[in-house]
Amino acid sequence: MASSNSEKFKTDGSVAGNVMEWVDARFPLTKMWKEHLSEYYAPKNFNFWYFFGSLALLVLVSQIVTGIFLTMHYKPDAALNGAGVPVAFASVEYIMRDVPWGWLIRYMHSTGASAFFIVVYLHMFRGMLYGSYRKPRELIWIFGVLIYLCLMAEAFAGYLLPWGQMSYWGAQVILNLFSAIPFIGNDLTLWIRGDFVIGDATLNRFFSLHVIAVPFALAGLVVAHVIALHEVGSNNPDGIEIKKQKDANGIPLDGIPFHPYYTVKDIVGIVVFLMLFAVILFFMPEGGGYFIEFNNFFPADPLVTPPHIAPVWYFTPFYSILRANTVNFLWIDAKLWGVIFMGLGVMVFFFLPWLDRSPVKSIRYRGPLYKGALAVFVVAFLILGYLGMLSPTPARTIVSQICTVIYFAFFFLMPIYTKLDKCQPEPDRVTFK
Amino acid sequence: MKKLLLALLSAPLLAFASGELHLDKAPDHSRDYAALQNGAKIFVTYCLNCHSASYMRYNRLTDIGLTEAQIKENLMYAAEKVGEPMTIAMRRADAKAWFGAAPPDLTVIARARASEFGSGADWLYTYLRSFYRDDERPTGWNNTVFANVGMPHVLWELQGDQVMGADHKLKLMTPGTVKPAEYDAMVGNLVAYLAYMGEPVAEFRKQLGVIVLIALAVIFVFAYALKREYWKDIH
Repeated sequence: MASSNSEKFKTDGSVAGNVMEWVDARFPLTKMWKEHLSEYYAPKNFNFWYFFGSLALLVLVSQIVTGIFLTMHYKPDAALNGAGVPVAFASVEYIMRDVPWGWLIRYMHSTGASAFFIVVYLHMFRGMLYGSYRKPRELIWIFGVLIYLCLMAEAFAGYLLPWGQMSYWGAQVILNLFSAIPFIGNDLTLWIRGDFVIGDATLNRFFSLHVIAVPFALAGLVVAHVIALHEVGSNNPDGIEIKKQKDANGIPLDGIPFHPYYTVKDIVGIVVFLMLFAVILFFMPEGGGYFIEFNNFFPADPLVTPPHIAPVWYFTPFYSILRANTVNFLWIDAKLWGVIFMGLGVMVFFFLPWLDRSPVKSIRYRGPLYKGALAVFVVAFLILGYLGMLSPTPARTIVSQICTVIYFAFFFLMPIYTKLDKCQPEPDRVTFK
Repeated sequence: MKKLLLALLSAPLLAFASGELHLDKAPDHSRDYAALQNGAKIFVTYCLNCHSASYMRYNRLTDIGLTEAQIKENLMYAAEKVGEPMTIAMRRADAKAWFGAAPPDLTVIARARASEFGSGADWLYTYLRSFYRDDERPTGWNNTVFANVGMPHVLWELQGDQVMGADHKLKLMTPGTVKPAEYDAMVGNLVAYLAYMGEPVAEFRKQLGVIVLIALAVIFVFAYALKREYWKDIH
């Protein structure tokens, strides 16, 4: 083995070759290119569900780039301007009207927020379909859940910035949840808000968190997620390890270089995604009131509570879980139970690798118990999301309580039903037509 | 704080109690420049005295087929330069003292009033035709869409006086200076203008969207062919 990169990657004598040799002697450029792209062997049987990882990366880059340009014109200022409108709200309309192409950049960012969650939810569901969180990929999954948590924080902070009625009152509802924590709740809430009410201090710190702190953490976690993935290799729809079957050169028999095969394939996925993205962005940028809530076109007014406060769609399953807790129990009031279960509803994903005791990974070889459980879980999750957008009625509360029980039963009974399940034998090689 | 949270969580219940809202469909004049120009004229004449449209610049009205000279000549009562936004002279503190609440800025009102019951234009179109005489209100006016609204019926001379009948339907008691159909058409133009002003770029956005989708469709053909070419070796 050559001892340094410059000895491994010799120039062919061309100018480009000389430059690369110079760089490789000082930075592992060719080595990284090979490890992560041209000699990263991915299973050849990736299906539709495997587009969403690269799509999530695309949306992240798009959000960062559009966010940089929005930051140049947006003003995190809750004071009223001469026309009696908060400066922050007016600056968003300034971007929409007076900044060249500002409307496009703003809509890319607002549509991108929802697109990010759609893509990430599908990406997570892929992991649950094919057991991608199982050994040896537990850390990839944990980094992924941390990314999801950061994404929620990022979306929550970002939604305050337009300083509309839903920005203000949505943040009011969620921040007040912290006050349910015993002993420290009220002080904690005050500390987060930076004021006794949501105001300029809150807006400024949320701006800081949204454009610096959380994106920084997010980028670092994405790098960790990909490094961990490339260390152990990708899972696939059959849920078997391609590294168990290698050729004489040590290359997995069912593996193909990520570049060019999956780069050209992902480009197709990206173009299709961009078409769907463009349909929303250009023809229905408010997403029917789900991506940009109509009420958010009223500037924030601390004195006028909107009749109906609903979080944006991607938070609604957890909002439903919060509202489903209506009983004071064990000296703990319903509100604190709601906060506990809402938090648990997100955190429980961390434990998935250890809750699943099935001998197989992929849904293709699992038995009817897991298939049924996953299907019921998805339906319950969607119903919770739907109900979270509506005003509660007694009937809706009962449905959301049933769905909340299903949601947690899926996770907490998993060690039992995955062990009892009648699984089929896994194949030695991946299925590829 | 806990009471506030409970109030917030139960607020949606109150919203549900208010029930369905039936809105009349506003006519679509989004590409009808004559209607939009007429709407702009009505807006600056009747609305832009108490309400600002502070994100909207006068010269943006070149979008709807006007020249800057025409804008200056016909629409600028309250501004000096054509690049200025549509602000008003009334001070907010005064407005609050006079009306109980300062009249809101109307630039994006057509977007804000959208709901599951209809578009913001539908809401405004119904609202501006639903004022009725109510002696219990300080202004003498009430509204079926916006109960106990602070604004009096500014267009009453045009529409005339409506009253609430025993059957909870509005009836025209005293005719106005224009016929009911003409009044509806005027409100239709005004609302079309408000919808345009809510997002002046909307028409261009849709046109650009068609071009972007066609371009992406072309790129898709090449991207798919490229993928097929590479993947034919994989068995």
